[in-house]
Order: sequence, then C-alpha cells, then structure tokens
Amino acid sequence: MDQHVSLKVNGADYDREIPARRLLVDFLRYDLGLTGTKEGCSVGVCGACAVLLDGQMIASCITLAVAADGAEITTIEGIAEGGELHPVQQAFIDHGGFQCGICTPGQVIAAKSLLDFNPSPTEHEIREWMMGNLCRCTGYYGILESVINAARTVQEQGR
Amino acid sequence: MIDFQYHSPTEMADVFELLDRHGDDARVMAGGTALVIQMKHRFAQPAHVIGLRRIPGLDTIAAEQNGGPGIVRVGALCTQRRMETDPLIAETLPLVAETFRRVATPRIRNMGTIGGGLVHGDPNQDPPPSLIALGASVVLTSASGERVVPVEEFFLDYYDTDVQPGEVLTSVLIPPAPPDSGASYMKFLPRTADDYATVSVAAMVQTGADGICRDLRIVLGSVGVTPIRATDAEELLRGHELSEANIRACSEAVKDAVDPLEDFRGSPEYKTDMAEVFTRRAISQAMASAGLA
Repeated sequence: MDQHVSLKVNGADYDREIPARRLLVDFLRYDLGLTGTKEGCSVGVCGACAVLLDGQMIASCITLAVAADGAEITTIEGIAEGGELHPVQQAFIDHGGFQCGICTPGQVIAAKSLLDFNPSPTEHEIREWMMGNLCRCTGYYGILESVINAARTVQEQGR
Repeated sequence: MIDFQYHSPTEMADVFELLDRHGDDARVMAGGTALVIQMKHRFAQPAHVIGLRRIPGLDTIAAEQNGGPGIVRVGALCTQRRMETDPLIAETLPLVAETFRRVATPRIRNMGTIGGGLVHGDPNQDPPPSLIALGASVVLTSASGERVVPVEEFFLDYYDTDVQPGEVLTSVLIPPAPPDSGASYMKFLPRTADDYATVSVAAMVQTGADGICRDLRIVLGSVGVTPIRATDAEELLRGHELSEANIRACSEAVKDAVDPLEDFRGSPEYKTDMAEVFTRRAISQAMASAGLA
C-alpha cells in the first residue's frame, strides 16, 4: 500500500505516493532521478549514500523515505551555489581527492557536514569524522589533503 | 525488503493502541539503524512499523528532580551523537559522553538513539557496560503505567530484553559516578575504528583516602549473550587495598565471568584472555581519572 511523503530536496518540494519500504537512497535515485548519491554496502557502513537530513549527515540506505517525511534533504547535487562549486568539491578536484569516484559524493557530504559546524578542525578531528567513509581505491591521503584545504577556503570565505 | 505499513503517531496513546491492535505484527522504530537492517535481511518482518519521531518530548535531556542528586533523565529518542555532545551529559556524566563517542561512526550516531540501541539488545554495543557501571535504569511505559528496570537486569538473552508486549522504552535514568570515584570505558578494536568491540570493559572505582577500594563495578561487553557484570571479581577488590597484586587478581577472576562467542574477531579463548587484559587497563584508567595513579 502506497503512503504519502513530502520532502524538500535541495530546496525543491516533492510530494509522492510510495511504498513504506522505499529507502531514501532509492527514492532519491529512482523517484527523483538524483543519481549523485550512491549505494555501496547497503547496511550503513561505507558512507557512499551519505546525505544531509535537516543538516545532519545520515545514511540514506538504511533510512525509510516515509520516516523522513517533512524533512529537508541535501544531496551532492544541492551543495554548489549559483554555479560555483562548494569549497569541498573544488578542493577534491584541486588536491586529488578521488580516483574512481564512487565514494566521492559521500566523502564530500561528510566533509561539508564537518565544516558546517567546525570550520577549523584539526587533522585528528578530520580523521575521526571521516572514519566512516570508505574508499576502495584507498585514496585516503588525497581525501585528507582535500578536506584540510577545503577548511582553509571555508575559513577565508566564511561560508 | 518486505512490505509493511508505516505509522507515525503523534502521541503515546496512539502508540499503545497500535501495539495493542497489531501485537507481534508491530515493531516500534526510533532511529531505525538496527531495525531497517534487520528488515532488509528478513530477521524482522513486521507488518506494521510504528515510528516514534513525531511523539513530542521523547528527546529531552534534563536533570531529574526526583530520585537522587545529579541523576539525568534522557529521552529514548536522543541520538547517540547528542549523547556524545550534550553539555549537561559532558559535564555530569563524562563516562557516558566518552562511551557514546566510541559508537560506530558520526553518520550512524546522528541516526541511532540511546533507547533504540538498548531495546535492540545486541550484546556487542558500547553503551550498556558504561550505563550498568553507573547504575542506570530504563523507564518502560505502557498504557497502564510505568516500570523502572535497572539496565543491569534489562538484558535477558541474546537480542532479548525485558520489554514486555505493549511496553515502550521511553527514557533512561543515569546517575553520576559517586564522589571520590573514577570511571573508564575501554574498547578493544584490533580491526577497524568503526567495528564492534572484540572486548569492551567499563569500570567504576570508588576509593577512600586510605587507598582502600570502597566500591567498584566492572561490566564487560562483547563477551557473552548479554553485557556481563563481573560481581565475583569485584569482591576481590571491594574493601581491599588498590594494590597492583589485588588489581591483577580481580582482573584474572573476570575470566570466570565471561562466556564469549566465537566469531571473526577471535576465539572464545582469545577474547577471554583479552577480557583480563582490558579489565586491568580499565581499572587503571578509572583510578587515573580519579587522580589515584
């Protein structure tokens, strides 16, 4: 039986009738066509499906879309502003923060969610925070370097 | 995943009514980190899922007025991340803040809740040993009233708790560590930082000025079908001098209290040996945090 869900995704309002078992990651990818968010492990461990729910990073692969009813979701498609990449996105390009790219949307969302509440993290704080985002290419030094540099830009720009 | 109907009641009376109507076909959901995975794997196949997030007042953290000095009442829907970062918890219950910091990853801590984790009944979780070491209790609410159960008595068997049909865990009452005491939580993680513990130990040690151990609690996780309080081992230290020899004897006795399951984190024999090692370290760290070492 389908149930009603209202969500604001990247600033746009969506009302849909969906089965209760529809996961948020599938709702984003298949119902809304927002395929930037990836599904990796499907059990909340790898971080590929990370999105922001009311500003907080969550795993969309173990979130029921109906349980997120009324929430505001931000995906990788929604963090650039006015055609300008978010400082985290730019830093990943400038500092080799990705190789194959499948984990990258989750890495970028994770880094942004850290800088949103802590714009000047120590390297240790970055490592602790990013611990839950796995990179099968093992490109962790590039990712760390990217987040360190993104933090510098965020501090300079104050955003 | 199986099909089911999702309910999103806005008051507890409706939760009790749904539980009464659907019985075993219904499951209550808080953050969903455990239940959704169980449903994906078909370990749980409820026809009705009752989400609690629209119930007001289930996510408050406040000093408890009745019961005793310094007790904090935590709503069941407080996320693990909030337990880690809340100023009142950090100030009055540093062991609790530190323990929740060790749970999984920030992303999961943003979703998982203190109440949902306890009801899940997984013996490998981090919070139960520390909550038992502090003497915390859970409040179980039903249509006919409230029942307070010590966390120490809440876990009955593997993934089995004292929650009765029609009951919902609504809050957790956590007392501070006693005066002149120190507490610690040690998590042995030989694999990855976000893993469950291979062995975990929470210790609370209370002393007098004479160096005698007035009271202590040693509680272990991941070494049996429930969290385990090592009461016999505690007796080797309670009322005795906190000497290296006595601490060693107490830690060695913990091996008789545990009954680990074999899994990819190690054999029962290995985990039993590590239980001794990490108990010794947990007691030392608890003493250090009390300024004794």
